[in-house]
Order: sequence, then C-alpha cells, then structure tokens
Amino acid sequence: MSDKLSLPIQPLKAKDFKSDQEVRWCPGCGDYAILAAVQSFLPELGMERERICFVSGIGCSSRFPYYLNTYGMHSIHGRAPAIATGLATSRPDLSVWVVTGDGDALSIGGNHLIHALRRNVNLKILLFNNRIYGLTKGQYSPTSETGKITKSTPYGSADAPFNPLSLVLGAEASFVARTLDSDRKHLQEVLRAAAVHQGSAFVEIYQNCPIFNDDAFEVLKSPESRDEALIRLVHGEPIVFGPEGRHCVVRNGWGLAVAETADVAESDIVVHDSTAADPSYAFALSRLSGDSLDHTPIGVFRSVRRDTYDSIVRQQVSDAQSDGAAEAELAGLLTGSDTWTIL
Amino acid sequence: MNTVRQLDRVVIRFAGDSGDGMQLTGDRFTAETAKLGNDLSTLPNFPAEIRAPAGTLPGVSSFQIHFADTDILTPGDAPGVLVAMNPAALKANLPDLPGGATIVVNSDEFTARNLKKVGYQANPLEDDSLEPYQVHAVPLTSLTIEALSNFDIGKNEAARAKNMFALGLISWLYSRPTDTTEAFISKKFAARPELAQANIAALRAGHAYGETTESFAVRYEVPPASLQPGTYRNITGNLALAYGIVAAGVRAKLPVFLGAYPITPASDILHELSRHKRFGVTTFQAEDEIAAVGAALGASYGGALGVTTSSGPGIALKSETISLAVSLELPLVIVDVQRAGPSTGLPTKTEQADLMMALYGRHGEAPIAVVAPCTPADCFDAAIEACRIAVTYRTPVMLLSDGYLANGSEPWRLPDVSALPDLTVEFASGPNHILDDGTEVFWPYKRDPETLARPWAVPGTPGLQHRIGGLEKRDGTGDISYDPANHDFMVRTRAARIDRIEVPDVVVEDPEGEADVLVLGWGSTYGPIGAACRALRQRGLHIAQAHLRHLNPMPANLAEVLAGYKRVVVPEMNLGQLSAVLRARFGVDVVAYNQVRGLPFTSQELETVLEEVVKNV
Repeated sequence: MSDKLSLPIQPLKAKDFKSDQEVRWCPGCGDYAILAAVQSFLPELGMERERICFVSGIGCSSRFPYYLNTYGMHSIHGRAPAIATGLATSRPDLSVWVVTGDGDALSIGGNHLIHALRRNVNLKILLFNNRIYGLTKGQYSPTSETGKITKSTPYGSADAPFNPLSLVLGAEASFVARTLDSDRKHLQEVLRAAAVHQGSAFVEIYQNCPIFNDDAFEVLKSPESRDEALIRLVHGEPIVFGPEGRHCVVRNGWGLAVAETADVAESDIVVHDSTAADPSYAFALSRLSGDSLDHTPIGVFRSVRRDTYDSIVRQQVSDAQSDGAAEAELAGLLTGSDTWTIL
Repeated sequence: MNTVRQLDRVVIRFAGDSGDGMQLTGDRFTAETAKLGNDLSTLPNFPAEIRAPAGTLPGVSSFQIHFADTDILTPGDAPGVLVAMNPAALKANLPDLPGGATIVVNSDEFTARNLKKVGYQANPLEDDSLEPYQVHAVPLTSLTIEALSNFDIGKNEAARAKNMFALGLISWLYSRPTDTTEAFISKKFAARPELAQANIAALRAGHAYGETTESFAVRYEVPPASLQPGTYRNITGNLALAYGIVAAGVRAKLPVFLGAYPITPASDILHELSRHKRFGVTTFQAEDEIAAVGAALGASYGGALGVTTSSGPGIALKSETISLAVSLELPLVIVDVQRAGPSTGLPTKTEQADLMMALYGRHGEAPIAVVAPCTPADCFDAAIEACRIAVTYRTPVMLLSDGYLANGSEPWRLPDVSALPDLTVEFASGPNHILDDGTEVFWPYKRDPETLARPWAVPGTPGLQHRIGGLEKRDGTGDISYDPANHDFMVRTRAARIDRIEVPDVVVEDPEGEADVLVLGWGSTYGPIGAACRALRQRGLHIAQAHLRHLNPMPANLAEVLAGYKRVVVPEMNLGQLSAVLRARFGVDVVAYNQVRGLPFTSQELETVLEEVVKNV
C-alpha cells in the first residue's frame, strides 16, 4: 500500500469505468446524467481503477457505486462519510469519493457530514440534491421549501430548509462548490477542481427527480429563465450575469446583493475570490439564492488549503514507528516498568 | 518493639472523599504488595461524579485490595481493615465490615459540621457504636501538616499529603516496602521537587508513626505466595485488553484502527491505544458512537484491523453498522465494557446484562461471534482471541468485558510474545473463479470451503474491483439479488459461518469427579464462583465448575457437559440471560442465581447458594 500514485499503462476511457450491473434509476432521473459525466471524467484522474473507491449511503443516489468499475461500498443511511473517513485515513493511496443525497447527508447523516468537513479528511463528497425523498417515495427532505405539499406533509411542510452550502461553510469546509446535473461541462469542471483539492471537497449537484419533484430546478435550466437566474462563478473575474451581463453582485452591509450593472461603478462589482481565507464571503455568496433559486451561483465558492486530518494522523503514526522488530518492542510494552520475578 | 504476627490473607479497603487520592493510595499499596510476591486482586469503586460535594456520601471513593500467601480469585468479600479518611467514608463502608475488623480513621475530619453532613447525630468515635471493631483514631491531617512544617508549601498542600501519611502507616502495619512509592512520587512531582519531597516526608512520617506510637501493638506479615514461575506485573482489565489489541495487530501484521467515542468505563482503552502509534495503531475519536464503528469498518474494508470500544449505550447505537458488517462479511472487533443499565444506569458500576444484546441485538438474522474474558489479566488473551476470530472468519466479534474487569487488577504472568497465536492473514490477490467459458473472474462472495469466510479483497488490488453493500447479494458473485431462494441460502450461510467457528471445548474442574452439581458462569463472575467452589470443596462438598469464554458459538462439548450433571447452576449479574439461552438451546432447566446491584458477587453469597443446591440435589 504505497503512497505513490502510479499511472495506468493504457489510458482509460469512460467505458472502462462502467460496471456490468444494469442501471436501475427511473427513466429521466438526473442521476443518469451525473453517472455519465463521472464515468467520462474519471479517466482524467490518471489513476488505475483499483485505486478509486466510491462509498455511498442510502437513497437513490447511493446506488451510484454499483455502476462504476472501481471499488465501491453501498453502506447504510447517512454513514458514508464516517466509513469513508476510516478508509481514507488508513489508505492514503486511494482516491475516496462519497456519493450522497439531501436526506442521506443533511438529515440522518448530518453529524457525520459536518465532522468530516471540520476535520478536512481527504474525501470528495458529491451531494445529489433533489429536494425530496425519492427512494421512500416522496416525503419532504431537509432541503424542501417550507410549505411543500408531499406525502408526509399534506398540509404543507412546516420545516425551514437547510441551505447546504451555508451549512458546510459553517462546518469549516475547505472546498465548496455547486453544479447542475444537466450541465455536463460545468459538472466536470467542478469535479476536476474537487479532485485536485487536498482535503474534503464538497460538491452540491442539483439533480432532478422526475417522479416526485419534477422540474425543481427548472428555473436554472429553462432557456427562458436560466440566464437571469444562474450566476456562474469564475475565480478572479467580476461577478456579472444575465443577458449581456445586465446584473452583477455588489457588497451590501455584511453580505452581498444583486444590482444592475448599469447602476454601479465597475469597481463596486465583486471580483470572485474562491481562495479568500475568511469563509464569510463564500457564505454571503451562498445566501444569494433563496427557496425560489432566482439568483443561484454555481461553480467553486471556496477552495483553500488547510491541513488534512488523515495526513496529520498518518504522520503521527509514521513518526512514532521505528525500524525495530515489532515483536521485541511488544515484549517491552507488555513488561512495562514494574515487574517481579518468581523463580 | 512491636509483635509481628503472620497472616495468610488480608483485605484492606481505603476509603475517602473523591478528592482524597484514594485510588492513587490503593494503586501504590498494590504495587508494593505485588513486589513482595503476594497474590492479589483489587477492586476500585468510585462515584460517577468527577467531584461530588466534599464530605458527602455520594462523594466517597474507595479501593479494595485482597492479598494472600496463596493464589486468590477475588478482591475479597468483606474488608478486614478499613481506612476511612472522613465520616462519610466510615458511614458508607461500615455496613460491609465484619465484627472485629480494624478501622483506621482520620479523626481530624470528625468535626460537628462533617458529621452533620452525613447524618451522624453523635460522633461515632466518642459513643459506643464502633465497639465491635478495633478502632484507631489517628489525626492524619494534623500529623501530616506537623510533619511538613519545615517545607516551603502551603497548609492546604501539606494537608493533601495525608493520603501518603496513611499509606506510610498502613505499609508499616502490613510490613510493605515503600521505596518504589518514593521513586513514583519523585517522578510524579518531577516539576515540583519541593512537593515531591513533602509527599515522601509524609509517607515516611506515617511509617514512623506506626513504629513509635503505642496505638498499634501488633504489625503483620503476609508471606509471598508460591505462584507459577515467571515474570509478573500487575494489570487492570482495560490495560490488558488494550495490550491484547496491540499484540493482535503485531501478530496479524496489520495496522490497527480504533474508532471510539468516550464512554465510561471503556475510555481508558482509547487513552491507552492512542499512546501506541509506534505499533501502527491509529486512534480516531469520532463525533459519535456510530461514526466510531463506521470508521473502524471502513478501515477494515481497507485492510486494517478495525476495532471499536464502548459500553452498553454506545453499543446500542452501533447496532445498525454491526449488521452492515455482518452483511459485508468483514472483520470488526466490537468491545463492550458492560456497565449497569438500562440507559445511563450506573455508569461506574458493573453488570453483565448486555449478553442478549451481544447475541441478538440487531435487525434481521445477524449472528456474530461473542467472546468474554473472565479476569482482568485474561482480557489480554480474550482480545487476541476476538481478533483471531474476526480476521480468520471475516466477521464482527463482540468482546464482552465489564466494569469490574476493566478497573480491577491482578498479577499477570507475562506471555512469551513469540508464542502468541500467529494471526497472519492473506488478502485476495487474483481471480478465484473460472466461468463456464473459461474466463477467470473474481467473485467477492465465493467462500473458503472450510471456514465459509469470503476473500478479503482490499481496494487497491488490481483487477479485483467489486462492489459490496447492505443489499442482499447473490452467493458467489456478490451481485444484488432479490431472489427468495438465494436470500434463504445467504441467511443460513451467514449463520453457518458463525456456527462453524472453531472454539476450544469447555473445561470442567471437578477434582474428585464426584459432583452432581455443575456451576457454569461466564465473564467476570469467574473469580467469586471459583472462590465459592474452593470453599465448598474444603468443607468436603462436591461441586464442578465450568466457565464459558465463547458465548457464540458455544463449545461443541457443552451439551454433553450440561447433560452430565443433575443440576446446573448459573450465577449471573443480570436477570438470567445465559440461563435463558441455555434453556432454549439445550433444553436444560438450569438454576439461575441473579443479582444486579452493580457490584460483583461475593464468594460468600455464592457459597451459600451453591451449598443449598448441592445439599438438596
């Protein structure tokens, strides 16, 4: 189990990452697009398939590992980040990915998600957010809008939803991004950035559930509305969006606000900086989109370098280890300092 | 000159306020006693509160040691000597003392205010309530302060050394050396040499007080025991268990990964293992019990020896992940240091009421192996055995220790490291199946025909990429399968895999071979049951004793053993869990004897119970 990553002799292709299992999502599910995007992205990692491992929880999205010809574990509800923490900490030679959903990661597994991010374990976490429970057939999720009518909330949900990116930024995530299932190019750009990040990378993927919450992200996809709604973040560039760059993002009190580009001085337009040390800026970006998604930034919100839990822990272990024979040292440990001998 | 009298065994209990340093005093006395070559057994007893209000009954902390010139099995039923540092310690422990016992009290603490705190109407040192005992009222605090008057330390700091004065006095009374304690103090207070010197002076002053005062006319000696030759050290159950895990990692040549969340009385295993990184041990203090076992399972998946340690409430939380491990068929060692429940219960008190949870406390048919140590030192061997089963059979194994074993201590004869079991494992490295068309493939659920274990194919192994999960798998290929017959087959196979684990036969101890009654125990009741059996045999009664280390699967000869006796008595610190299992599996109508007071059995009560059965069989 060496630390070095070796390159495969033959460059791999998307088809090399397809498993022999029949894909069983509903027709039209956004997961198909994400799977295809991931399969065609994985060769870019330049790693052998056996060095890649996908760990998932429970939910529609969590069937993902079965469809990839890598190592994979379909675990239990909400616990994938915990299981992946053990794997990634003990196996630095692997590229470990977590696939999860809004219920899996933010409801039953909320605790593991925030602690994995706080520790900055070297994991790539892909959260497929469809704002609904699909596998259990249509209950509201922790990202569903307040008032949402579902099977379990016939009078409307009374819950206030999480904003996943605000949450993970509060949990000290070192890499935070958002993308769309339907925008393969953007999705793969974000995956690329996540893959090279040292530490936890959190990627929220808006994903359509055609059965229980169809068109939840239509405002971001339909040609009529998407240009007005989508804010594509590019590091180092002023944040302008809309037809002909009509809108922009400016500072507003403690946060950010959308303004008309024509009404503000060019110097007042915020230049996107995903490397800002203070997460408050990324947090302010995450607050631009409300329940209605009318101003939704996508792209990399935050990407900063911070020591990873697993590398610190491994360093402690390797610093403590010596070349001496373990058995001789074991005898010394067991003996301790206070012994007596009976002849 | 004092008279010196020889004794064969002594039970001393040191009791005081939680802040009086009684555990340290007991530990030091134990170390000196071990050095002298006595056999010994100890039992600490402390409150769950870190610092209960000073001087109150809930704040009393105690440490009992039993030492003898023969081998012994328990920390002793009733102390012959009580050292009570305050009125609360006297009041809390007096009911345990037999008439004629020796009491040494710190008379300085018997003030009107302190007496009132614990509900004494009159000073027991001044009325006749302590008449049945030999009382030595010693002003320990003021004597200590006086002895340290030349030291440049505050009065409070001087007073705190009174436990060392008491230790010096009791060490003199039982002819224990004090040199290793002096060395210990120098090391402990290395940063404050004046405090080290003061504590050593207090220890010596206590010793000299015994020598010079007329209060103690007799001192005692307990000659060394003739134990099996070898090198010994004293060890607690939690320490032995942690060492067992380190040793298993070394013998398996696997890195150890411990996932744990702090919980009484298991935390010391986490503390201990976190110190041994040089043996390739990684410790992960998780955000909760579920993450602790999840990370351990993730590490096992990656080829490490995954271990998680907890107590009852935490094990309950881990249950779903343990079932996943049953389905994934990966090695996992789960340590349950049982405490009195349900819920928070009595966190610092012992019980063995998690047996049913260990055997059955999961959803679905999810059998796992269950192993229980029987003495503090045995925790070492039991931990290695649990790891052996886990890595050999690719299964979760529950190791059931308890609070009594965890904190109790006894001499441990050091093992020969090279003679420990070889736990070397082989990871899968290539295809293990040939399809009809001749293609070589890897089947993650193709089993070893002997052990029924599946291959341990760790990520990173070229060509063996496969997916596993909690969904039912087709036998062999491991592909998702909803086929009814396949599920039936897999459930039965997972059960057969556990049933086939090779465990040693249960050994019956019946010296005369004439017993009609068998007493069968498991876990930490071994000591008191054994002591009770010895006492009965010394009185000419016949009784056979057997003890279960393997609770699942049970030894192959158990049915025959149970059938060989007219009566089988099963004492347990629960309401009859093993009894229920034995009745269900073997149709044996066992006599259950149960108590759940949070304390171990006394050998005296078991002697009475067993005598009743033996005489009426």
